[in-house]
Amino acid sequence: MQYEATIGLETHVMQKTNTKMFCACKYEYGAEPNTHVCPVCLGYPGALPVMNEKAIELCCKAGLLLGCEINPYSKWDRKNYFYPDMAKNYQITQADQPLCLGGQLTVDVDGEMKTFTIERIHQEENAAKNTHVAGASLVDYNRAGTALMEIVSNPCMHSAEDALAYMTAVKQIMQYGGISNCDQEKGQMRSDVNVSVRPVGQKELGAKVEIKNMNSFAFIKEAIEYEIDRQTALLESGGTVDQETRGYDPDRGETFTQRTKENAHDYRYFPEPDLMPVKIPAEQIEQWRSELPELPAQRRVRYVQELGLPEYDAGVLTADMATSDWFEQAMRHTKNAKAVSNFIMGEMMRLLSEQNCSISESNVTPEKLAGIVALIDAKTISTGAGKQVFEIIFNDGGDPKAIVEERGMAQVSDDSALEGWADEAIANNPKPVEEYKAGNPASINFLMGQVMKASRGKANPGAVMQMLKQKLDR
Amino acid sequence: MSEANEGMDVGYVAKLANIDLTTEETALFQGQLNQVLHYVEQLNELDVGGVEPTAHAFPVYNVLRKDEVGTSLNHADVVANAPAATDGEIRVPKILDQ
Ligand SMILES: [Zn+2]
Repeated sequence: MQYEATIGLETHVMQKTNTKMFCACKYEYGAEPNTHVCPVCLGYPGALPVMNEKAIELCCKAGLLLGCEINPYSKWDRKNYFYPDMAKNYQITQADQPLCLGGQLTVDVDGEMKTFTIERIHQEENAAKNTHVAGASLVDYNRAGTALMEIVSNPCMHSAEDALAYMTAVKQIMQYGGISNCDQEKGQMRSDVNVSVRPVGQKELGAKVEIKNMNSFAFIKEAIEYEIDRQTALLESGGTVDQETRGYDPDRGETFTQRTKENAHDYRYFPEPDLMPVKIPAEQIEQWRSELPELPAQRRVRYVQELGLPEYDAGVLTADMATSDWFEQAMRHTKNAKAVSNFIMGEMMRLLSEQNCSISESNVTPEKLAGIVALIDAKTISTGAGKQVFEIIFNDGGDPKAIVEERGMAQVSDDSALEGWADEAIANNPKPVEEYKAGNPASINFLMGQVMKASRGKANPGAVMQMLKQKLDR
Repeated sequence: MSEANEGMDVGYVAKLANIDLTTEETALFQGQLNQVLHYVEQLNELDVGGVEPTAHAFPVYNVLRKDEVGTSLNHADVVANAPAATDGEIRVPKILDQ
């Protein structure tokens, strides 16, 4: 029998706000524990929450970017549970009337365009951070109450690759849209993954296994692959899959049953009496829509159609927003898109990965790269010398023109200088000369190499070729 | 649901809330809370057929604030208010399932 997997994702994204969702405490990653807390986010009796308008705007903009309808009316609910990461014993969330409804995302999965659908996006508040030590748990409430939205996909994916492509696209869009930095190491993007397996042709979905709270894309991929194999093997051997919550152990590459409190999922949702509902007028939605930035898919099309870049280059450059923005800045100083693209995909990415830093930290600024490209285009330096200049600036800083002058890297196109080297190469290498004259045009490359060597790489290759041909064809 | 649990199962709700009740307490609260429920149940006598369900009684919407940082509590006060603390973090009994 053939089996197929069905996967749905609940992706939590922390929004880029200055303050928390329902109080004016600052959101700051890495601050001293419990320094950004107040009666609201500590759940002191009598404290009242007030909505952060920026968070509402960002949640709706996320919805617009993902093709959702903005719900004209939405409300708040309490999700009740007793755990120290939520001091007031409930999390404020949206149960039946979320801010955003529906939505879809079309992504490239290994060369095939697939559309994945989104059920909803709701706004909620984040929980505190727990650390477990011997005999006790420690709680830092700085994160408690920060703005968190949950993007819920439909169970519409069928492989780890699907899930990965979906999450990568969501992350890109959130970053481009200025909704979230999605820094997974800071917990700004985490996903719960639902995986089920059923025989092909069966209508109902199989028993759903939930793998909770994962931030690494690589681990999510491994966990999904492991879970599909595990459930398929169980079904194949005549067993049944338990509906349960499992954790993923990256060291062992396995998922495992997570002990959960009995009845832990009885959250007893009810409307939050402390918060009034949200109504969003159509004009507001149109205003937000007009403010949306260009998305990676749109940039890719523009790079190909307007800048004439190959699809491949456009894909690499738009893969993350910082790189794409950097490229756009460079293009304000030059018209040669392909040369800039080559430098970014080549020297820049190589050096960044060698030195493990980000493009925004590079000593080579967009303007400096444009300067290097201009020197190459003007034939002042060769492409090879351009790469050297790039690396020099990357390592030690400096100005392209000044470096070329100081180090005498300008290429020689001057006929009198070239003529000496060309004559010398011809005189010293009678055999290739003979072969060339006998009708083997490739032999000229050897002579060319000799001239380049004599000039220590500074001769302009085009001019050398012309000079040699002039002399030999005479 | 048994007769004793008519309306509300106090034992179950107490478990959800991590509250340890004796059998006597459970019975006592069961009776008291059932009385409260019966009181509220009077609302069932009203005909609300033509009334739209609502989460709030007042037609007020969009009570928002600007995303501007305000003053948080003094760290020493936060720690003083907590039952116990270690290195500035609030210490609670070990959480089992995580
Ligand atoms: Zn607060």
